Amino acid sequence: MKRFLRESAAIVEVELIKLMRDPTEIISRAVQPVLWLVVFGQVLAQVRGIQTGQLSYLEFITPGILAQSVLFSAIFYGIGIIWERDLGVVHKLLASPARRISLVFGKALAAGFRGLLQAAVIYLIAFVMNVSLKQDALSIVAVLFSVMLGSGIFATFSLVIACIVKTRERFMGIGQLLTMPMFFASNAIYPLEIMPGWLRIVAQVNPLTYLIDALRGLMINGGQSVHGYYVDFAVMFAVFGLLLFVAVRLYPTLAE
Amino acid sequence: MSNTATPHLQRIANMNTTKHDSFAINTSELTRQFGNLIAVDHVKLQVAYGEIFGLLGANGAGKSTVIKMLTTLLPPTSGTAEVGGFDVIKFQGAVRRSIGYVSQLLSADGALTGYENLRLSAKLYGLDKAEREQRIANALAFMGLEDSSHNLVRTYSGGMIRRLELAQAMLHRPAILFLDEPTIGLDPVARHLVWDRLLDLRRDYGMTVLITTHDMEEAEELCDRLAILHRGRVSVVGKPAELRAGLGDDASMDDVFAHYAGGSIQESGTFREVARTRRTAHRLG
Ligand SMILES: Nc1ncnc2c1ncn2[C@@H]1O[C@H](COP(=O)(O)OP(=O)(O)O)[C@@H](O)[C@H]1O
Ligand SMILES: [Mg+2]
Repeated sequence: MKRFLRESAAIVEVELIKLMRDPTEIISRAVQPVLWLVVFGQVLAQVRGIQTGQLSYLEFITPGILAQSVLFSAIFYGIGIIWERDLGVVHKLLASPARRISLVFGKALAAGFRGLLQAAVIYLIAFVMNVSLKQDALSIVAVLFSVMLGSGIFATFSLVIACIVKTRERFMGIGQLLTMPMFFASNAIYPLEIMPGWLRIVAQVNPLTYLIDALRGLMINGGQSVHGYYVDFAVMFAVFGLLLFVAVRLYPTLAE
Repeated sequence: MSNTATPHLQRIANMNTTKHDSFAINTSELTRQFGNLIAVDHVKLQVAYGEIFGLLGANGAGKSTVIKMLTTLLPPTSGTAEVGGFDVIKFQGAVRRSIGYVSQLLSADGALTGYENLRLSAKLYGLDKAEREQRIANALAFMGLEDSSHNLVRTYSGGMIRRLELAQAMLHRPAILFLDEPTIGLDPVARHLVWDRLLDLRRDYGMTVLITTHDMEEAEELCDRLAILHRGRVSVVGKPAELRAGLGDDASMDDVFAHYAGGSIQESGTFREVARTRRTAHRLG
């Protein structure tokens, strides 16, 4: 266990060093959420076309946009993995005695820290726009934890895809193909109840839905988790565990 | 717990129990197929402790595939291989702790400094904190990289990157080093620097070195013994002088290569090599 933590921490450390050294990505990733909240959110709020219960439309989509920004930034994590493979960094890591689970979990954890920056951006925008946010420490810690877990899930998913497709071009294609459907087939910008039946089924097997559901309850005053936190977190942990299991098996094939 | 000490102790413990314990590397019928292609074909290699052993062959001969199997990165299709007395399939962890590896690609992380690259390796090999800083400082001094240790690796020259990678690979004092074309793309001065360091490592720590190369001067000057691979098969093994003598009085290493590797060195896929080297250099630059 100690070894696992030490090895994962070593991976997280270098990832964070690299992130701090090149923050352009963080900045560019902040643009989209601003557009969604400021433009889309405000316009749709005027229309009043979507029933969002007690929450204003802006309050309703704020957790959805946070989850979206987590998804969009984590899902391209695999590009970095493919880059490391082309460079030979992966070979070096895999020839070391570090456990494969440490290497994979370290990557997921680093993505989690990256996700925290997304959360900071969304909190800032939401605060400026007068969204009624829960401000007690427990809620905020729970939101940050959910964001890290969500980032870990999508980053590991991305790593699995990278291990399967192995080239940047194919990865970009698949990444583009997956993100938008995952976003629209979720409860990010409209509630599950107003979806047609088939879409609701898709949304209910989409892990993003559970992240958003938890965030909606944890983040917004008057917001509530439709499925309940137990279900939300049970689903997220199960998906994360499954993805880690698959990733640990596939990651070593990158060096073959 | 010291991860680095264990394999050596275990190896000593294994000495009289394993059949081929006296070889640093010992393979038998080692084979790897990719679909229909037999990249490595029933290879038998025996490398003694403390030897600098060269694996020669044209592009696509199977050199990297052999190294990948010996470093546990790639499972063999059939046959067996022991490294440091450990089977590469059954005792992957022990093999990994016994070896250092520098891949054919430029594996140092260009977005990190030399020091940060070394610290990552030290942590992954389980060196504890006090030992870590000491070893890193020593390795940087040994490789002549002290002054640039806090610069990003992407600002390094090719020779510096190779020396950094070598420093990473030797940090945990492995018994056996695997170097896949370590001097490709380096100028003669940089190349000689790498050779000198390898000879020092062998002298100071008795390290065994398996190196792949296309370079005949490297094969002759650095390596104690050579194996030439041709289309996945070992076509000959021996000391450089023996191999030359076997072909006649005034045979050169180029003649040896041409004879055993199926064509002269100039013809063997140099374009692909150059393209790859340039691509890698471009990425780092
Ligand atoms: N992962 C792989 N998948 C399919 N073919 C491969 C793979 N790795 C190597 N090969 C093929 O195996 C042969 C030997 O390759 P390699 O060991 O890299 O040769 P060398 O290092 O001597 O240039 C080549 O024909 C190469 O194309
Ligand atoms: Mg090769």
